[in-house]
Amino acid sequence: MTVMLAAAAATLFGLGTYLILQRKLSRIIIGLGLLTHGANVLLITAGRRGAPPIMGTGEAATFADPLPQALALTAIVITFGVTALLLALGYRSWLLTRDDEVQDDVADRAVARTDVVHDEVVDQAQVIAREEAV
Amino acid sequence: MLGVGLVAFGSRLGRRAFVVGAIPPAVATVWVATQLDSVTSGRPVMERLRWVGELGLSVDLRLDGLAATMSLIVAAVGVAVLLYAPRYFPPDAPDLGRLAGLLVLFGGAMLGLAQADHVVVLYTCWELTSITSYLLIGNRHTEARARAAALHALLVTGAGGLALLGGLVLLAQEAGTYRLSEILASAPREGAVVTAAMILILAGAMTKSAQYPFHAWLPGAMAAPTPVSAYLHSATMVKAGVFLVARVAPFFAATDLWRPLVLTTGCCTLVFGGLRALRQHDLKLLLAFGTVSQLGLLMVLFGAGTPATTTAGWMLLVAHAAFKATLFMVVGIVDHQTGTRDTKELPPLGRGWRSVEIVTVLAVVSMAGIPLGAGFVAKELAYDALNAGAFAGSGVVLAAAVAGSMLTVAYGARFYWGAFVEPRRRGVTEQTPAAEGPSLASLAPAAVLAVSGIVLGVVPGLGDRLATASLTGFGGDIPAVHLALWHGFGFPLVLSALTLAGGAVIFLSDRWLQPWLARGGALPSGAEVYLAALRALGTVSTRVTGFVQNGSLPVYAGVILLSAALLPAGALLVGRAWGGWPTFGSIREGPVAVALIAAAIGAAIVRRRFSAAVFLGVAGYAMAGLFVLSGAPDLALTQAVVETLTTVVFVLVMRRLPARFERQSSLRRRVGRIAIAAAVGVTVFVFALVAAGYRLGPPVSDEMVARAVPDGNGRNVVNVILVDFRGFDTLGEITVLAVASIGAVALARVGRRTAESSGEARTANIAVRRLAFVDVSVRVVFHAVLMTSLWLLFAGHNQPGGGFVGGLLAGCAITLRYVAGGIDEVRGRSRFRPWTVLGAGLLLAAATATIPLAAGGDVLEVAFASLSLPVIGAVKVSSALAFDTGVYLAVVGMVLMVFESFGDDPAEATT
Repeated sequence: MTVMLAAAAATLFGLGTYLILQRKLSRIIIGLGLLTHGANVLLITAGRRGAPPIMGTGEAATFADPLPQALALTAIVITFGVTALLLALGYRSWLLTRDDEVQDDVADRAVARTDVVHDEVVDQAQVIAREEAV
Repeated sequence: MLGVGLVAFGSRLGRRAFVVGAIPPAVATVWVATQLDSVTSGRPVMERLRWVGELGLSVDLRLDGLAATMSLIVAAVGVAVLLYAPRYFPPDAPDLGRLAGLLVLFGGAMLGLAQADHVVVLYTCWELTSITSYLLIGNRHTEARARAAALHALLVTGAGGLALLGGLVLLAQEAGTYRLSEILASAPREGAVVTAAMILILAGAMTKSAQYPFHAWLPGAMAAPTPVSAYLHSATMVKAGVFLVARVAPFFAATDLWRPLVLTTGCCTLVFGGLRALRQHDLKLLLAFGTVSQLGLLMVLFGAGTPATTTAGWMLLVAHAAFKATLFMVVGIVDHQTGTRDTKELPPLGRGWRSVEIVTVLAVVSMAGIPLGAGFVAKELAYDALNAGAFAGSGVVLAAAVAGSMLTVAYGARFYWGAFVEPRRRGVTEQTPAAEGPSLASLAPAAVLAVSGIVLGVVPGLGDRLATASLTGFGGDIPAVHLALWHGFGFPLVLSALTLAGGAVIFLSDRWLQPWLARGGALPSGAEVYLAALRALGTVSTRVTGFVQNGSLPVYAGVILLSAALLPAGALLVGRAWGGWPTFGSIREGPVAVALIAAAIGAAIVRRRFSAAVFLGVAGYAMAGLFVLSGAPDLALTQAVVETLTTVVFVLVMRRLPARFERQSSLRRRVGRIAIAAAVGVTVFVFALVAAGYRLGPPVSDEMVARAVPDGNGRNVVNVILVDFRGFDTLGEITVLAVASIGAVALARVGRRTAESSGEARTANIAVRRLAFVDVSVRVVFHAVLMTSLWLLFAGHNQPGGGFVGGLLAGCAITLRYVAGGIDEVRGRSRFRPWTVLGAGLLLAAATATIPLAAGGDVLEVAFASLSLPVIGAVKVSSALAFDTGVYLAVVGMVLMVFESFGDDPAEATT
């Protein structure tokens, strides 16, 4: 890890975060992409860096650490799948609303605005309590 | 024995289910009866089943005198109730099998509770009875009232159960053993822990046994069918609390707080329950409050914790089970025949009811403590024991017991009067025609119980040995108990006479007393607290939900990311693991880092969607550059190909979306976002620097490098890790890919079936738009790219490459075909549907992983075979190659799926 790469990773993370906090799905997807890049930078620089880890091409001690590479490879391909899925979400959103804005959940907002709670069971319990107090 | 409870659970036999269900309790009755000889001669029957040995959990059962008494009650009343139930329910009533199963299950739990010798077993059975009680009260689950009553019972007894668990665990920790018998045999200790344990255990016992002020759930529980009430809410379950008190009383009685707490509560319950019972004109509610009252008396007798009071309690426990279950059954019969149990509406019960009346009188005699009833013996014993003055304040308790017993006499008379005499006086009216008498079969169980109560009253000596055995908890030499009908002339007899007289007076002056009693409804009880708590719970949870789950994705993401940033940052600040500044970086890294940062900034600030996607692509290629520098050619290849494909997919989707991002949000929100983003960025920066100088052990991958060739038979260590060492991960990963691409297709294509039918008309259109030179060059390049991808696949084990890269490159080849001819071209090239390819890949990989298992090896074990093929020469084929081929196919399938999702012409999608 060098300061320069740490700065690059930090920038990728920071801007990725900034984009994820937006409401447009396209920006969220791009933010996620940046975040993944940042994570891969961290992964790849976490291990020893050196020659490609291919046996027979040199001394094992000079090899780059293969394990983070395997992890990063997995991450790259997974991100592709996730991106495709999220783009499909955006596509669907476009089909329905002609936009890719992530809207607030209507039901959740309704709960947040509720003041009085009506619960049938509680009401019934009160009825019973009144009857017994006769 | 517990397991037997499950037998009838699933049966759907209708009314016959009850008869089947009566078998387990009958067996239990016989079993306990056969053990009685051993139990009464001071040898408790022990049973131990290992459960979770590591945690020291085992199912310990112990049948001593008290447990045998309780077990006999549970089993015998269970038989009676289950034989009675088929006559109570109409043949077409729904869910009778369920009901019968639950009753048997409850019986099993109750037996377990009585015989449990392990704290955890006791608690488990305790909660099982609460839950079966909940289900049984809510039997008529279509009625809101029944549901509310059931919930009330569950919450109160459940909360008590939790308190009980706490208390028992405290006690067990203090005593150093979880065996109940050992805890109770150890010397009682004083101290805060023991006091806390005592209070918690009492809370459990008092909620279960419906003691004032927790009693309110019991009258509500009368919403249950009457057989259930007779079994659970009079004879057995509510006794669990007093049973527990009887168990622990010898242990706790010496502590300062025990007697004041238990006796006060018990006396209050005794008097309060009796007064409330006098108000009721619903026969069942009358009995319910009567039960509350009697439970108070039991609490007093067992709680007092002297051998004499415990003997009285023992007698009352048995007597109460017999007479109260009988009376409940009588109410059930009345209800069944007349359709009401309200004394104000009951029709006169004529000739056919003579036998019912006799049974009722027998039970009431026992309840009121009239000589010849078992209740009389119990009462004499109680007065005698309390009169002995073995503890402070026994005089007050005696007075309360007398007062409570007077009330018992009064409401006993009220029950008989209201059910039989009063309706007869009213005579037959138009609204209330005379009712037919019940069949003898429905009365038989009640009659047997009532007669047994009288038999025990006349010859109480039958219970001598068991009653004596029930006192073993007190340790030492307990003189043998002699129960007798006639205790001779003495103060207790005077009190008994006084009780009967007082009860008669109270009953006769009913008219003057009622206005006074009506005020009792204003007494504070636990019901208000329960209601308030229930409402508060609803309100608070709504508020919390409204606050935490406010429906805004940015807020959720913000909270998650901020905590992801701040928690590690806090740890970093506290940990002070600073290894010094690492090197700034080499010259070669400069362009890569700058490109990354610039691309990221670009992607974040541009207002055009396409530009943002392109910037992301730039960042991706910069990453590929970094991978090259870091000695990761596999990654570089993969990243480059993925970036190409990602950009294509972006373009496919974004051609539909508006070109620019519209309106910016408010300043406040932007500042918030930037703050969170900055926090994340700074944390990552510091983390990266700290982590760089903080390696503790040698990397695990050293071993992987060493074992790549001998074990994995591949020279490319990264690939060996993917397909061999960590093959399971890879299998999981391609599964995720498959799920994601299925999701993408589903999302993009849902509701578009109508559009497909008109697809043929446009095929001609597309053909016209084809450009000849693109078409030709694609046809040439396509196969070359495809061949390269296959080469990457096969070579991947020893050189940079592998299934992922190969598959992705093949995806690029498909993209070329798409560029040339649209989705139809892609569809035409592939003989298989995309999902077939995807599934085949997944299946192949999974099969490769599991076949060694069938062959007796480990998952993903690698096998080798050398083949010599013409032209290519010797090829080493390993099963890892098959696995990698699976990966390859899965990735290709996924790319095909993506085109299937988004590849349609825009014009088509708009329809």
